[in-house]
Amino acid sequence: MIPSNSDVSRQFRRKLKSDLMIGMTAFATMLALAPLFLVLGYLVSKGASSLNLDFFIRTPKPVGEQGGGMANAIVGTFELVGIACLVGIPIGIGAGLYLAEHPLSTLGRAIRFAADITMGVPSIVIGIFAYAVVVRPMHGFSALAGSFALAVIMIPLVTRTTEEMVKLVPRELREAALALGVPRWRTSLSVVVRTAMAGIATGVILAIARITGETAPLLFTAFGNQFWSISVTHPIAALTVQVYAFAISPFADWQRQAWAGALVLTCIVLTLEIGVRWMTSGSARVPR
Amino acid sequence: MDDEWQRASAALVNFMADKLICRHLNAYYNYGQIQGLRNVDLKVGANLVTAIIGPSGCGKSTLVRCLNRMHEEVPGATVEGQVLLDGEDIYAPDIDPARIRRRIGMVFQKPAPFPTMTIAENVAAGLRLNSARLSRAELDEIVERSLSHAALWDEVKDRLDEPGVSLSGGQQQRLCVARALAVEPEVLLMDEPCSALDPISTARIEELLLELKESYTIVIVTHNMQQAARTSDYTAFMYNGELVEFGDTRQIFTNPSRPETEDYITGRFG
Repeated sequence: MIPSNSDVSRQFRRKLKSDLMIGMTAFATMLALAPLFLVLGYLVSKGASSLNLDFFIRTPKPVGEQGGGMANAIVGTFELVGIACLVGIPIGIGAGLYLAEHPLSTLGRAIRFAADITMGVPSIVIGIFAYAVVVRPMHGFSALAGSFALAVIMIPLVTRTTEEMVKLVPRELREAALALGVPRWRTSLSVVVRTAMAGIATGVILAIARITGETAPLLFTAFGNQFWSISVTHPIAALTVQVYAFAISPFADWQRQAWAGALVLTCIVLTLEIGVRWMTSGSARVPR
Repeated sequence: MDDEWQRASAALVNFMADKLICRHLNAYYNYGQIQGLRNVDLKVGANLVTAIIGPSGCGKSTLVRCLNRMHEEVPGATVEGQVLLDGEDIYAPDIDPARIRRRIGMVFQKPAPFPTMTIAENVAAGLRLNSARLSRAELDEIVERSLSHAALWDEVKDRLDEPGVSLSGGQQQRLCVARALAVEPEVLLMDEPCSALDPISTARIEELLLELKESYTIVIVTHNMQQAARTSDYTAFMYNGELVEFGDTRQIFTNPSRPETEDYITGRFG
C-alpha cells in the first residue's frame, strides 16, 4: 500500500519531534558537563605551571621567599583521611550490616534515621561538633580532631551504601549457606558480605573521595600547619586547608601554589573515582 | 531415666525406619497472624523418597522448611509441635539449628551457587564455612565424590576453577545438590528442585533422586504430579496447610481415599 499524504506528514512530524527532544536533552547534557571540563581545564592551565618536584618534597616557604611546596599538606591529607578510614570503615560497614540484617528493628530504624540526618548536616557543623568534643577537651587543634570530623562525615555514607549493597544480595544465597549448617555470623561474613564486597568497596572509595575534598570540617579541628608535622596530637596541614589559606593570601607566589594544590587534590579525587568506575565496570559487580 | 527413654524411643524409631517424624506441626507467618501449617503429622521413611504435592500456597514449602529449621529464618515465622530426627526433637531448646541443618540438607527451587566461588569452592563451601579442618587432598576427594554423586563430575572435572555461576541452569542445580551432599547429610530436602529447569535437566535430577535414595532419605516438594508419581515411594497431599492424605505413592495416585486428593490428581483443581 502506498502511504497516503497524511501518513507521510504524520511520520515527518513524529520524527521532527523526536529529533527536537533528543537535541534538547543533548544540549542539557552538554550544559551539565561543561563546568566539569571548564574547571579541569582551568585548573590544569593555572596549576600545571606551578607543579614541580619541589611542590611534592618541600614544605611551604615563609612569605617573600620563592619556591617551597606542599609536601606536608599532601602527607597530612593522607594521614587525616587514613585515620578517618581506620575508624569510619569498620564502624560504617558494621552498622550497614546491622541495618541490612535487622531492617525493621527499633535500633535499625534509629540508626538509619541518624545516618540520613548526619548526611544532611553541613560539614562545617560537623567541624564545630568535633571542635566541641575533641579540640576543647584536648586543649588544642590536632590531626586526631580532624580525622574525627572526617570519620563522622564518612560513617553514614559507608553505612548506607553497605546496607544497600548487602540488601542486593539475593536471599537465596543466605538461605543456601544457612541450609548447609553454616552459623549465621559466618553466613553474613563469608557469603553475604563477600558477595556484596565489590559494591561495598565502591561505596567506601566514594566516601574517601568525598572526605579527601572536605575543607570546612578541618578549619578548626586539624587547623593546618605551615611546618612539617605528622604527630596526631598536633595541628596538621591538609591540602584543602592549605589551598584555602594560600588562595586568600595576597601573595602571588602563594596563589600560584594554591592552584597547584587544587590541581593535585583534584587529581587524587579523580583517580579514586575513576578507580571506582573501573572496578564496577569489570566483573566485580554485585550479582543479579 | 530420661536418657534411657530417649535411647529406647530412638531404637524403636530405627526399627520402624522412620527417619523423620512430624507431630502436630503448626507453622505461622507474620508473628502468628497467618497459619501456614495446621496440625501436620507425617512420617518420612529412611532411604525412601517422600513426595509432597498440593496446589500453590498449600504449605508444601513451609513443611519442608520446618523439617530442617529453615522456616524460622523468615522474619516473624514461628513453629509449634515436634519434628523428630531419629527420635530426637530438633526443636528442643538446647538444639543448635546449624547442627540440624548439617544433618538435614536442602536444595532450593532456584539454583543459587555462591557467585564469589568457583565450582570446586562451591562444593566445599559447607565444609570450609563450618571450619572443618581438612587437608587439600581430603577436600579434593570430597569435591570429586560429591560431584560424582550429583552426576556432574564428568561435565565439570576440567573446569573446577571456573565460577559456579558459569554453569547452565540444570548444571547449577546439580552443583547445589553436590554442595548439599558434601556436608554428608542424612536427609536431603528438595524444594521444587526442577521448577526452573528444562525437561532434560529435570530428567537428570529425577534419575539422580533414584540413585541418591540408596544412601540418603529424600523429601521432595513438587507441583508436578507426574514427577511425584515417577520418583517417590510415598506421597503426601497437602491442601490449605493441612496434610489431607499420606500413603504409598501408587495407592495415592490410583486409589486415593479422600475426595480432595482425587480431585487434585485428576486435575479438577490446583
